Order: sequence, then C-alpha cells, then structure tokens
Amino acid sequence: MFKIFADLVVFDWLGLTPGDPFTTALNFFVYGVPKISLLMTVAIFVVSIIRSYIPPEKTKKFLSHRQTFVGNILAALIGILTPFCSCSAVPLFIGFMEAGVPLGVTFSFLVSSPMINEVGLILLFGMFGWKVALLYVISGLVIAIISGYVIGKLKLEHLVEEYVYQIKSEDVELHEPTFTERCREAKKFTADFLKRTVLYIAVAMAIGGFIHGYVPSDFLTAYAGRNNPLAVPLVVLIGVPMYNSAAGMVPIIYALVEKGLPLGTALAFLMSVAALSLPEMVILRRVLKVKLIAIYVSVLTVAIILTGYLFNAIV
Amino acid sequence: MKIEVFESSCCKASNVYGLVERAMNESGVNAEVTKETDMVEAIKRGIMRTPALIIDGKVVCAGRVPEYEEVAKWLLGGNS
Repeated sequence: MFKIFADLVVFDWLGLTPGDPFTTALNFFVYGVPKISLLMTVAIFVVSIIRSYIPPEKTKKFLSHRQTFVGNILAALIGILTPFCSCSAVPLFIGFMEAGVPLGVTFSFLVSSPMINEVGLILLFGMFGWKVALLYVISGLVIAIISGYVIGKLKLEHLVEEYVYQIKSEDVELHEPTFTERCREAKKFTADFLKRTVLYIAVAMAIGGFIHGYVPSDFLTAYAGRNNPLAVPLVVLIGVPMYNSAAGMVPIIYALVEKGLPLGTALAFLMSVAALSLPEMVILRRVLKVKLIAIYVSVLTVAIILTGYLFNAIV
Repeated sequence: MKIEVFESSCCKASNVYGLVERAMNESGVNAEVTKETDMVEAIKRGIMRTPALIIDGKVVCAGRVPEYEEVAKWLLGGNS
C-alpha cells in the first residue's frame, strides 16, 4: 500500500523517471515516512496503555530482593516496556537500590530499558520485517540479562556512591487510573511524542534515502563486510559514545545494510548507539564511581560485539 | 489540604506549580503548597518520575504534566 502510494507520488504526480539517484532517494523517503508514522502511532498508543499498569514505583517493589538470574530476567523484560531517557536513569537507579533491588538486577533493567523500546522495534519491524525485530529483542534481552548477572556476581556494591545507601523513601499511595483515563493519557502522550519526533524521523529517512539513492550498492562490503573481522568492534566503538535514539538510527542502518553492511554488524551498531552514550555515563557518575561505570561499559561493549559476531555467523 | 509539587528541570519543561496556583486562585481553595525541584527529595517521598503532584499524601499524577482542568478537579473534588 505504501509502496503504491510512493510510486504514485514520485512517478505519476511528479513525473520523475525511475532509476536516477534522486528519484530513488525521494521514493524511499515518500514510502518510509507515512508508513513508519502510522506504525509508530499505533504502537506508541498501545504501549502507553500497557505502561500505565507498570509504573516504576510498582516495578521496584516487584523486583525488590529478587534472586539473581530470575530477577535479571524479570528486570530485562520490564525494561522493554519502560520508557527511558538518560536523565531518568539516576532516579530509577536510586529508587531501585533503595527498595532493595539487587545491583545486578538493577543493571539488567538499565541495559534493556534504553536498548529495547517500542519505537525502535516498530522501525525494525517496518523496514526489516518481524524476524529481524524479534532477533533484536531476544538478543537485547540476553545481553541485558547476562551483563546484569555478571555485574551482580562481581559484587560491586561498594562502587556505588555512599549517599545512595543513605536515602530512605516513604511509601506513597498511587492513584489508580480508570481505563478511560489511561486511554486519554495514552492519546495525549502519543500526540505529544509524534509532534516531537516526526521531524526527527523525517531527517533520518532523508539521510537513509540519500544513502539509498546515491551510495553505490556494495560500497560498504569492501570496508565493513564479513571478511573484515575488525568491522564489528570498530562500529561498536564508534557507536558507544554516540547519542541517538533507535528511532533515528534504524532508517540509516537500513540503508547501510542495503549497501553491504552485514546484519550482525548493523544490529551491533544500533545496540551500541541505543544502550550506551557519553551523556548517560556523565549522568550515571552522580550515583556510580568511575570504576563501576567503566566495568558497566566494558561488559556491555563486549556483549554487544560478541552478539554482532554471532549474528554475522548465523544469519 | 496539603499539596506537594515535584518538578525537576529534566527532559520536559513544565510549570505544574503555576497550574496549582492558578487553580487555587480561580477556585478559591486554600491549601498549603510546597515545591521541590531536587530529584532526591522526590525519591525520598516515594516518587520516581517528575513532574509529580501529591495531594494530601496521595500521588494524583506522576511523570506527566496534568491539564489545568484536572488540577482544578483534584483541588475541588478530592482524588478522582
């Protein structure tokens, strides 16, 4: 449907001839923006409603004093549905620690929350299909569970800033919204979110379209293809300090895969950009000592690189 | 009535305190209002998302900016 629409606009209405780079780029753009916008609207609305049932205040009680491993799995799963921005990392971290959520379990949550989110998944689903989206979710979960588990086993509680342990919080009564209220809130949030991100996604689609139209196919195969074993660690190391949401990355990643970047390398890049960023590390410094941030970043980086290799080997 | 407003200048700029003041002026409801911008204080109070509004010990909204009409309703008619 969207393909027909894009062809109609570009070839019939604008009368451009298929084949030249500009037309190809424009067609990619006109095809992608409405499709992704529609998918996102539906997904964000649904997720907002689900999310209203699991506020972090409930999550922390649910995860409090959980056994390792089971706790890591639960935390990673809840992380998928929890929105995340770098600035919410500190309150979440303190709240979790204060409620007695084990450190490793907290980290599983901190990894999965930014790495896997509905917007990124919808984009992956819309552009790559459900198999790649599912692969991304499963591998993201595995990475979150394992890195949290490893951090838990290393017994690094002393590397959390002392003041975090001094904070005691009260129990407050939460207002339990009605279903109508949840829907109204979800609608408002969705509209708000789209307003803020549509332009951003359009820019990402334009860059993706540009690569799609102008960069020769197989351009990347020579530099970052399968026979270059350093490609995975290289793209991950580039991605780690970068700060971009999955939403802005997927259209670009899609175009790069088209030009010969192996899927595993591309997903590893996406994960490293989404899960870790320099601003987030700076913010986490408020609650974690430098050594723990370094361990966190290293464990996660290694896990992402290994996943990239694994996918390149099996897909 | 005791109203606690929690606002930290994080992702979203908000003025929930202003909404509360306006609602109090227009409805004539008198309440003791406190404003807190330190996230740690919010956590101590049991909240993990700002902006948040606690009225008489009950969190009526957290992690979002309420509509003016909602605030007015909370002030006048209790919690729902």
